[in-house]
Amino acid sequence: MKCNIKWMLMLCWLALAAPVHAALTIEITGGAGNQIPVAIVPFAAENTQSQSISGIISADLTRSGLFRMVDTSGVQPLPHEPAEVRYPDWKGRNAEALVIGGMTPRPDGRIDVRFRLIDVVKQNQLAGFSYTILPSQLRATAHKIADVIYEKLTGDVGVFSTQIAYIIKQGKRFELQVADADGYGAQTVVASQEPILSPAWSPDGEKLAYVSFEKKKPIIYVQTLKTGTRQALASFKGSNSAPTWSPDGKKLAIVLTRDGRSQLYLINADGSNLQRWSDSSGIDTEPDFSPDGKWIIFTSDRGGSPQIYRMPAVGGAGQRITFEGSYNVSPQFSPDGKSFVFIQRSGGQFHVAVQDFATGQVQVLTDTPQDEAPSFAPNGKMIIYATEINRRGVLAAVSSDGRVKQRLSVQAGEVREPAWGPLLKNQ
Amino acid sequence: MNKLLLSAILLGLLSACASTSDKGQSAASVEDKSLGQQAGASTQGADKQGMAMDPLKDPNNILSKRSVYFDYDSYSVKDEYKPMVEAHAQYLKQNSKAKAFIQGNADERGSREYNLALGQKRAESVRKVMNVLGVSDNQIETVSFGEEKPKAEGHDEASFAQNRRADIVYQGE
Repeated sequence: MKCNIKWMLMLCWLALAAPVHAALTIEITGGAGNQIPVAIVPFAAENTQSQSISGIISADLTRSGLFRMVDTSGVQPLPHEPAEVRYPDWKGRNAEALVIGGMTPRPDGRIDVRFRLIDVVKQNQLAGFSYTILPSQLRATAHKIADVIYEKLTGDVGVFSTQIAYIIKQGKRFELQVADADGYGAQTVVASQEPILSPAWSPDGEKLAYVSFEKKKPIIYVQTLKTGTRQALASFKGSNSAPTWSPDGKKLAIVLTRDGRSQLYLINADGSNLQRWSDSSGIDTEPDFSPDGKWIIFTSDRGGSPQIYRMPAVGGAGQRITFEGSYNVSPQFSPDGKSFVFIQRSGGQFHVAVQDFATGQVQVLTDTPQDEAPSFAPNGKMIIYATEINRRGVLAAVSSDGRVKQRLSVQAGEVREPAWGPLLKNQ
Repeated sequence: MNKLLLSAILLGLLSACASTSDKGQSAASVEDKSLGQQAGASTQGADKQGMAMDPLKDPNNILSKRSVYFDYDSYSVKDEYKPMVEAHAQYLKQNSKAKAFIQGNADERGSREYNLALGQKRAESVRKVMNVLGVSDNQIETVSFGEEKPKAEGHDEASFAQNRRADIVYQGE
């Protein structure tokens, strides 16, 4: 009963915290060399809705840095069906691909949305889909269409339908928020007057693990996003931090200081079966599982300076894998497991870098001086990270080849600790 | 060994306020005298007398000093802070019911999680100094705030130096 009252109070508190609409604004600060020219024709009857579906699709594709939007003005009449397409119009504008479609409101209030992606050069259809949606699903549908276009034209999975989690600090108030990958639809997951850090998505995208200082020391919580219910996963003596999920979602690697130093532990997702995992003479922290679950990489200062180590997930000796410089931290596997992203300090500056496992080659991707907390998009093509612009915490994203750069900021407050969510199964 | 150390510390503490005639007396009488004249390094007498100032709050007492500052990337307790840590160790040994939290902190540069671990390691370094002096782990809990609770909000070296710190805080404070 006592517990129930506590929960009710917390739910009220969460409900009060919910109406926050500090949308992230995304600014593209660099683009790829070879952008694919795409013409996206305004959809038939799209002005019957409050938001332009073709505009959302264009914004998604533009933000990726891999596409150039071809101007459609001057083409008369604008095509909405394949039979209406006059290829010379689009060849003359150097478009390689064309997107057409339309919307039809139904009597029950839902909307039929259909679109086609056409190869202008080969003059054939690459994809065609239709959806019956509620008006509230318009943005989500636009992101799905952008994902289809991205995948057909680049060969990689699109991540426009994914979400990102991050922490906003406004004055003394900390909020863990989740927003769509384009910065829209920000929702507060938890708010506190004490610091929150290290959000980590469960592989199914339904839960977030995070570290909260609300009880005056770091404790790890796991919260279900849909219901808002949460449990303290690890609340042992000392610090409880750095949660990360195993690929099957059954376990988490965490860092505890219950035995003195910061060391790695393994715990079931329900908080049972705690096992000590590393036993080193120094700090072991920031664990991350390989996508196949066989390895973990983590930060350790056992050799005198913080470096990245790898060890088998079944346990065993850690092997040092970074050698350039005296400070390499915050490792995360790429989704294909072939490389990892991390933060490297050189000359007093902290940059996002990627290292290939096979060759050991390191590529520094950023030139901003205070980078932290890199997190791969689930297609491995972009990396979101925290940085500072004019002493203010903002989020930025860089493509894994370093060519495309974006900046994400909020109107007020500091943003930090980004975590890119997984691809959702029913997309 | 401990008694000698205690008397050495107390003599150090008293040098500002007690006359040199104390030197001829035993450690115990030095202790008593200090409490009678002015709050000393022990609360044994203070509890009974009630009138004396809490040594933990007396600005003239080394026990009112609580912060150990660290170099960048470092967690070793520098010599200049050892007398202060030793005084707190003696206080804890003499007050077996007292419990201290050692709170480690880091400056804002670099990884938040690594800084949390570094703050912990700084707190652990202070704890180890106390352990060597005979303080039981039951009386000390280390905790880290990492870079999350900066004492100085600036982004310069002076602020960073303030934030690379471990604080000794007693339960109930």
